[in-house]
Amino acid sequence: MNILQVRNLKVSYGGIQALKGIDIDIAAGELVALIGSNGAGKTTTLKTLAGLLPAAGEIHYQAESLHTCATHQRVRDGLALVPEGRGLFGRMSVLENLQMGAYCRDDPAGIAQDLERVYALFPRLAERHTQLAGTLSGGEQQMVAIGRALMSRPKLLMLDEPSMGLAPMMVEKIFETICNISAQGIAILLVEQNAKLALEVAQRGYVLECGLITLSGQASMLLDSAEVRRAYLGS
Amino acid sequence: MDILLQQIINGLVQGSVYALVALGYTMVYGILGLINFAHGEVVMVGAMVALSITQVLAGYALPPMVVLLISLLVASMVCMALGYGIERIAYRPLRNAPRLAPLITAIGVSIVLQNLAMIIWGRAYHAFPPLLPDSPHIIAGAIINEVQIAIILVAVVMMTGLLLLIHRTRLGRAMRAVAENPAIAALMGVNINAVISITFMLGSALAAVAGIMVAANYGIVHYYMGSILGLKAFTAAVLGGIGNLRGAMLGGVLLGLIESLGAGYIGDLSGGFFGSNYQDVFAFFVLIAVLVLRPSGLLGERVAERA
Repeated sequence: MNILQVRNLKVSYGGIQALKGIDIDIAAGELVALIGSNGAGKTTTLKTLAGLLPAAGEIHYQAESLHTCATHQRVRDGLALVPEGRGLFGRMSVLENLQMGAYCRDDPAGIAQDLERVYALFPRLAERHTQLAGTLSGGEQQMVAIGRALMSRPKLLMLDEPSMGLAPMMVEKIFETICNISAQGIAILLVEQNAKLALEVAQRGYVLECGLITLSGQASMLLDSAEVRRAYLGS
Repeated sequence: MDILLQQIINGLVQGSVYALVALGYTMVYGILGLINFAHGEVVMVGAMVALSITQVLAGYALPPMVVLLISLLVASMVCMALGYGIERIAYRPLRNAPRLAPLITAIGVSIVLQNLAMIIWGRAYHAFPPLLPDSPHIIAGAIINEVQIAIILVAVVMMTGLLLLIHRTRLGRAMRAVAENPAIAALMGVNINAVISITFMLGSALAAVAGIMVAANYGIVHYYMGSILGLKAFTAAVLGGIGNLRGAMLGGVLLGLIESLGAGYIGDLSGGFFGSNYQDVFAFFVLIAVLVLRPSGLLGERVAERA
C-alpha cells in the first residue's frame, strides 16, 4: 500500500503556477528521488507536502487526506521534512535542536533511546551537543538537520537537497546515512540537484520540469535514459 | 540621610517595575517582530482591576495580605485574557500584513483600552489602599518600606521563573523556536498560534503584577497611568536590546537607576537650574542616546550566524 499518494497537485505563488498538477506515489519503506533543474518546483513540492504552502489537488498520507491537516499536525503523523538550507535553530544547542525534533512526542524513554541512536549515527553530534547549532560547519549542520528529523520517528522522511554546499567527502557520508535510514524501513522522498547520486541510491525516480512530471520510473531506468543523461547527468 | 543610597533604592524599585513591563514588550517583539504599544495599557488595567477587587472585598474584613493575593490573582487572570484577546482580535488577522499595519493597530488598541478604562473607572485619580504594613526600615541612613522590599523580591522571583521557563522547559524551547523561525518550528510540530497566545498571556500576567506594584508603591491609580510607564518600559527594552530577555531586565533596572540618580542630582549638577521634575526627560534622553550610539541595545544580537 502507498504511504503517500499525490494527485493533480497544483501550487501558485501570486499569479505564477509553480506546480501544474503532479502525481507522486511512494510505497511504505521506498526510497524515491525527485530530480529536476533549478526552479522546476522540487522545493515547492516538499513544502506543500509538509503543509507550508496552500495547494489544490489531493494529498493522501497513510490513506487519509491531508487537506485539513495543519503543518504542526503532519509531523505528529510521521511526515517529516529536512528543509532546504537545513533550517536549524542557530541560537540553540545541538541537543536542543534534536529535542525540538522530538517536540511532537511524549514518550521520554523512546526519545532518550532515539537520541542515543542519532548520536550513534553521528558521533560528532554527541561530542558537540552543547555547541550552538549556528556555529557548526555545513556538514555538521546537515547531520543535525537529519538527526532532528529522525527524532520525530518519521514514517516518511523528505530531504531537500541534503548535499547542497557540502564537501564531496561529506556528501558521501550523508548519502551513506540516507541509505542507512532507508534500510530501517523509513520511506524517503529525496530531492536533489545531484541527479546521478540521487538515482543511484533511489529505487524509483521522478523528473520534474517547469512544474510538471515529465518522466518517472525505476531509478536504474532513469539513469540509462537518454533524456535524463542529456539534461541532468551532463553526458 | 544618605541620599545616594536612597536614590539607588528608589531606582531599584522603579527599575523592577520597568523590567517586568519591558519583558512583555521584548517577548512579543522576539516572537512576532511587533512593538505591542498596547502593553502599557495592560499594566493600567491590572492596577484598575486590583483597585476594584480591593473595593469589592473592603466590606468583608479580610486580612490585607489575603486581599492582596486575591487582587494579584484576579488582575493577572483578567490581563491574561486581555492579552490573549488583543492578539487574537487585533494582531493575528494582520500577521502577514506589512509591518506598519499592526504597529498602527497597536496604537489604536492602546487608545481604545484607555478610553474603555476611562468609561469604566472614570477620569478621577483613585486612592489605592495600603495592603502591606507601612513600616519603614532604615538601612545605613536610607529608608525602605515593606512595599518596596516586596516589589524587588517579587520582581526577582518572577524574572528568575521566566528565565527558567524559557531556557529549561519544553514550552520555553518552543517559544524560542517560534522566535527564531516560525515555519521550521511548525515543521517540528509546534502549534505557532498557541505559542504566540501563551507569549501574550505571560507578558500580560507580568504587566498585571507590575501594575499592582505601581499602585501599591504610589497609592494612586489613574486610567492614564499606563501610557508613560509603557513608553519608559519600552525604552528600557530598547536599552537592553529588544528581543533579548536579559536585556529587558538589565535595561529596566538601569533605566530606573538612571532616572532616580538623575532626578536626585540634577539640581546640584545644574546649579539649581533643573529640578527633579525633569526626571522623565532622562528616560527619553537614554532612548535617543542608545538609538544613536548602539541601536542594537546593550545585549542586542551581534553574533553573526554561519550559513
